[in-house]
Amino acid sequence: MSTSSAVRHDPLDEDKRAHPAHPGDLLYIKVAIVLAVLTAIEVATYFIDFRALFVPALIGLMLVKFFTVVWYFMHLKFDSRLFRRVFYAGLATAIAIYVATLTAFQFWTAGA
Amino acid sequence: MADVTTQHLDPHGVPSGAADASHAEGHGLAHGSTGLSNTKLAMWLFLGSECLLFGGLISTYLLYRGQTQGGPSHADVFDIPFTSVSSFVLLMSSLTMVLAVSSITRGDVRGSRLWLMTTALLGSTFIGGQVYEFTAFYREGLGFTSSLFSSAFYTLTGFHGVHVTVGIIMLLSLYGMSLKGKLGPERAEAVEIVGLYWHFVDIVWIVIFTLVYLLPA
Repeated sequence: MSTSSAVRHDPLDEDKRAHPAHPGDLLYIKVAIVLAVLTAIEVATYFIDFRALFVPALIGLMLVKFFTVVWYFMHLKFDSRLFRRVFYAGLATAIAIYVATLTAFQFWTAGA
Repeated sequence: MADVTTQHLDPHGVPSGAADASHAEGHGLAHGSTGLSNTKLAMWLFLGSECLLFGGLISTYLLYRGQTQGGPSHADVFDIPFTSVSSFVLLMSSLTMVLAVSSITRGDVRGSRLWLMTTALLGSTFIGGQVYEFTAFYREGLGFTSSLFSSAFYTLTGFHGVHVTVGIIMLLSLYGMSLKGKLGPERAEAVEIVGLYWHFVDIVWIVIFTLVYLLPA
């Protein structure tokens, strides 16, 4: 004799994981305005002398723009943790390898 | 002895395996044991590996940017205001791309078509700017083999340009599919995946613009 028990599972959980909710168009437009302003500041550093702040400011602006696009436009902030891990693993490996390479070629001390 | 089997049912009483299969078929995408789209996971893996490719090219440029062998240096040829406009165009194409994804997800096929074409046009404008820039640099004496600096510069920005061009081809393919009625809301994830590629091309340019164009040697 065969006994069959049916277990209902919540399809919303699975669907939410596969297709997470995305933010609205207004947020995307706000993010784009922020990115445009940051780009304007970046370009301004070329014309205005920021002295010692020049390089750190440019690197900081670049990182903010980079992660803003990744989090909001690529939805990594809202999407599955697995996607985040996969992408950040590639990014971290690349940074580690190439920082080591540049160090081996004395890029930081002797300059290029 | 009793044979006990457990079956997962969806709200309509359909076994979940069958529902998953038909759901995946509808999207044209397979969902594995993670509950996530395999195609989307593959795209993220690809983008992770692309970080290594562009990391190598950027590092090579940084190492050789001072090696001009008597030829023009970056300070002699770069036109920052022009490249800034190009960068802005590519950045805004990321906005139009995300609006295309948003439209198709809502079921607004006409809207998604409009944003896909706008993104392709902005991408083409960027490529046009790059072709103009390369031509201007060549006329100023900066050939591909002029120096280590020029080789590293053209290889890095050229590879990026090829990526943008591939993205434009994918966008135009989606536009063509949409015109034929083959790109409805059920295939929204295909637009999202092309969008991921497009945004990646944009973030690579964010890095190139700062490290190659704006930072001094």
